[in-house]
Amino acid sequence: MRNLTKIPGLLVLLITVNICALPVHAAGPSTEAEALHVLNRLAYGPRPGDIERVKKMGVDAYIEQQLNPQFLPLPDGLQEKLKSLDVMSQSAGSVLFDYQKALKNTSDESDAAQKKRRELVGRIIEQTAESRLYRAIESSHQLEEVMVDFWFNHFNVFNGKGLDRALVASYERDAIRPYVFGNFRDLLGATAKHPAMLFYLDNWLSTSADFHANGKQGKGGGQKAKSSGLNENYAREVMELHTLGVDGGYTQKDVTELARMLTGWTFDPRAMVRSNQNFYFDADRHDKGSKLWLGKSIPVRGQAEAEFALDVLATHPSTAHHLSFKLAQYFVADKPAPALVERLAKRYLDTRGDIRAVLQTLFASAEFRDPQNAGVKYKTPYQYVVSAIRASDVKVQNVRPVLGVLAQLGMPLYGSQTPDGYKNTQDAWMNPDAISRRINFATALATGRLPFDKEIEDGDKMGKKQLAKQAEEKSDRPAVMPAVSATALLQTLGPGLSGRSIEIVNGNPEALRASLILGSPDFMQH
Amino acid sequence: MKRRNFLYSMAAGAGLLIPVGQAAWAARANGAATEATTKNKLIVIMLRGAVDGLNVVAPYGDSNYARLRPTIALARPGQTDGAIDLDGYFGLHPALADLQDLWQQKKLAFVQASGSPDFTRSHFDAQDYLESGTPGRKGTTDGWMNRLLGNLPGTTTPTRAVSVGAVMPRILSGTVAASNIASGAAGTKANVLDRPKVGAAFEQMYKENDKYAKAFSDAKEAHQEMMGASMEKELQAADGGAPLPNGFPDDSTRVAILLKNDPKIQMVFMALGGWDTHANQGAGKGQLANRLSPLGLGLANLARRLGPMFDDTTIVVMSEFGRTAKQNGNGGTDHGHGNVMWVLGGKVAGGKVYGDWRGLGNDQLYEGRDVPVTTDFRSVLTQICERHMGLSDNQLLKVFPEQAYARSSFNLFVNKA
Repeated sequence: MRNLTKIPGLLVLLITVNICALPVHAAGPSTEAEALHVLNRLAYGPRPGDIERVKKMGVDAYIEQQLNPQFLPLPDGLQEKLKSLDVMSQSAGSVLFDYQKALKNTSDESDAAQKKRRELVGRIIEQTAESRLYRAIESSHQLEEVMVDFWFNHFNVFNGKGLDRALVASYERDAIRPYVFGNFRDLLGATAKHPAMLFYLDNWLSTSADFHANGKQGKGGGQKAKSSGLNENYAREVMELHTLGVDGGYTQKDVTELARMLTGWTFDPRAMVRSNQNFYFDADRHDKGSKLWLGKSIPVRGQAEAEFALDVLATHPSTAHHLSFKLAQYFVADKPAPALVERLAKRYLDTRGDIRAVLQTLFASAEFRDPQNAGVKYKTPYQYVVSAIRASDVKVQNVRPVLGVLAQLGMPLYGSQTPDGYKNTQDAWMNPDAISRRINFATALATGRLPFDKEIEDGDKMGKKQLAKQAEEKSDRPAVMPAVSATALLQTLGPGLSGRSIEIVNGNPEALRASLILGSPDFMQH
Repeated sequence: MKRRNFLYSMAAGAGLLIPVGQAAWAARANGAATEATTKNKLIVIMLRGAVDGLNVVAPYGDSNYARLRPTIALARPGQTDGAIDLDGYFGLHPALADLQDLWQQKKLAFVQASGSPDFTRSHFDAQDYLESGTPGRKGTTDGWMNRLLGNLPGTTTPTRAVSVGAVMPRILSGTVAASNIASGAAGTKANVLDRPKVGAAFEQMYKENDKYAKAFSDAKEAHQEMMGASMEKELQAADGGAPLPNGFPDDSTRVAILLKNDPKIQMVFMALGGWDTHANQGAGKGQLANRLSPLGLGLANLARRLGPMFDDTTIVVMSEFGRTAKQNGNGGTDHGHGNVMWVLGGKVAGGKVYGDWRGLGNDQLYEGRDVPVTTDFRSVLTQICERHMGLSDNQLLKVFPEQAYARSSFNLFVNKA
């Protein structure tokens, strides 16, 4: 069904040379199958007309364009939508201020106060999700959106933990998004210093073992001033998950020593609100003893100690390998070829952690281009849901049904509780229950039964419960959106459906056809 | 029956060479599992994030306990929010008061200082090893519950082992079919595939697909069966119309009803998250207490609602590793080593804290910071598989194929004919 031809070596050469200016149309037109492949992996699947467009411009030009999205305007409609999300234009401190003010009202347990609090917290969470989902569905910078999802999972924080409800919007916008194609050290540093990460993995509380607040109100005051002692949570995860990998060659002693180096890396909610300062180094809380970490003697240098540690971690061969494996797994196959991982790691080390350069090597690789590797990845719930909406070309104004189905499929947006984030392999997501739930969603979407149009119903009634009801046979809701056209879907997806699947689609009544396409085995994978 | 001298080392790795469960699967066409072969039930509950076992079953009798944990140690029994005394030395977290009856009836036991022999303090590796049943070995492709499933007597249907949750856990992954159902009411309700025309069309779409045909047909079979067994009405009647508490107590109640109504279901897996308490975990009250309370209530519900079936049920609660003996500067605990396993059931020789407990003195702690693992978690599970699930030595080797580890010297089950 998919028939990618291998790209000749010369083309590989052409697109691995350093590209720093405008996208160049290095290659001629590509086949439909090649176009579908890059749209499936660098984007969340095709929207109507995408395959034809990429086919014409050629996949190499498309890849270059996606790696340099600054030259590609966002659709007007999307820009308008994003502008309307005021939470996304507020500073982290300002959202935190609103959030904390709402929480303070908890002493007032009147219905009105509770309702107001729910509305405010709901608005923060909903707008954060809207910003992500509108972009994933509509943005022309698709690879950027794919990389935001990738790096967010790599540096996961959980929006169910206290203050992080208010901080996730800024975390994605300020610590992830600007760096997705940049240098890994910058990305690592931005996440390390963002209050969402400092809070999530408890480093904001960590102090030198002999630090005692003793009534002294540290700059942060409150809970923070009470703390006195080392917390090794972040130090462990930054080595295990963010950089070296679990087998990256470090010991418990290294964890403790890095935790000591990271003492004093904290944030002060009041300074965030007052002066937009999201991170500060508190020298009083820093452990001033000498440290021995990864075999290196660390002189006492305050904040510079952990900065140095991040430098070492970012350029470590174990990190190069760990990140290369994860990228190859995400973009090529669940079990990527070791030779590919090695090549990516080499490119990573040669460029001192240039993410764009590593991606160029990856997309130019024979492994990525191998037709054997097309359509072999099982979509994560996020990929499945977003790609179904894109292919169906439905206009989404209300994201609650989307959030509901993501939660039902086990992948609530910003809802991974553990710092390893969501996996992207078939083993993690393919199971009997998942298939029937995906089919339920596909059917509801295809028959226009998901209220994506905010004006039709009050948004508050939507979401998880709504969707659960939707799944019940007897609560046969009326269609609220136009049904999806099977003919249009088939055209949009091109070679994405096998001949046999198309036969079965055509052999069924019109009312079922679009459901069958979106719920087909072919569409579960990409 | 005593087989303590059994040599595991002789068959190290053998499990990987044996196509586990194929015979059982092939026999499926011959008919459903009979009630007799699936009579003994096993429920495994995993606490992800590493629960602080020292505050679940607290050694309040050791003076080091309160010293190491100035603000998070449980108060002594009899004091406000104090521990519930178990045996004059260990005390149960007060948020687990719902389990007191089971302890007194001697149907609840604990194994202190147990866990994985692998030294990793990575959650993800440690959980992986607990689920694969092969600590230290990452190449194992299946989970021990799946291998157990493949070695049980009688025929196997996709609902013989059921997991509650949106994803199939590692522990049940493998060659033998198992099912997962959503948490909450949605797991057992009708869906669009129950509409005859839609169901038939998708069946046609999936039946010849190499990758998904089996999952699709397993899903259909399991769904029909569990929908029939769920009996929402019975559930509502039993609760007098009162809404169920959310989360675990709700799910454990549903599990009890499924087990009672569908004799083919023999094993259940459930996981609960949120135990990674690096800061402000609290003592008798607080964050940890808020997690333990629904767990205790849910387990008590499960035991009660199973009724006479509880006599044939073993429930084991486990977690990837314990936490540091000493509290950290933030009123929490960091990743440690030895933990406590919980074993409940009608034939469990309960009312006792088992395990080789060495105390919390500095030189008794592993690396000066953690409770050492003195009982390999596999020796507890092996005993359950042998004594409760009736596995032979050969079958045990297929479930836990790793090299030698000591069989437990204690007896977790009462001897009944």
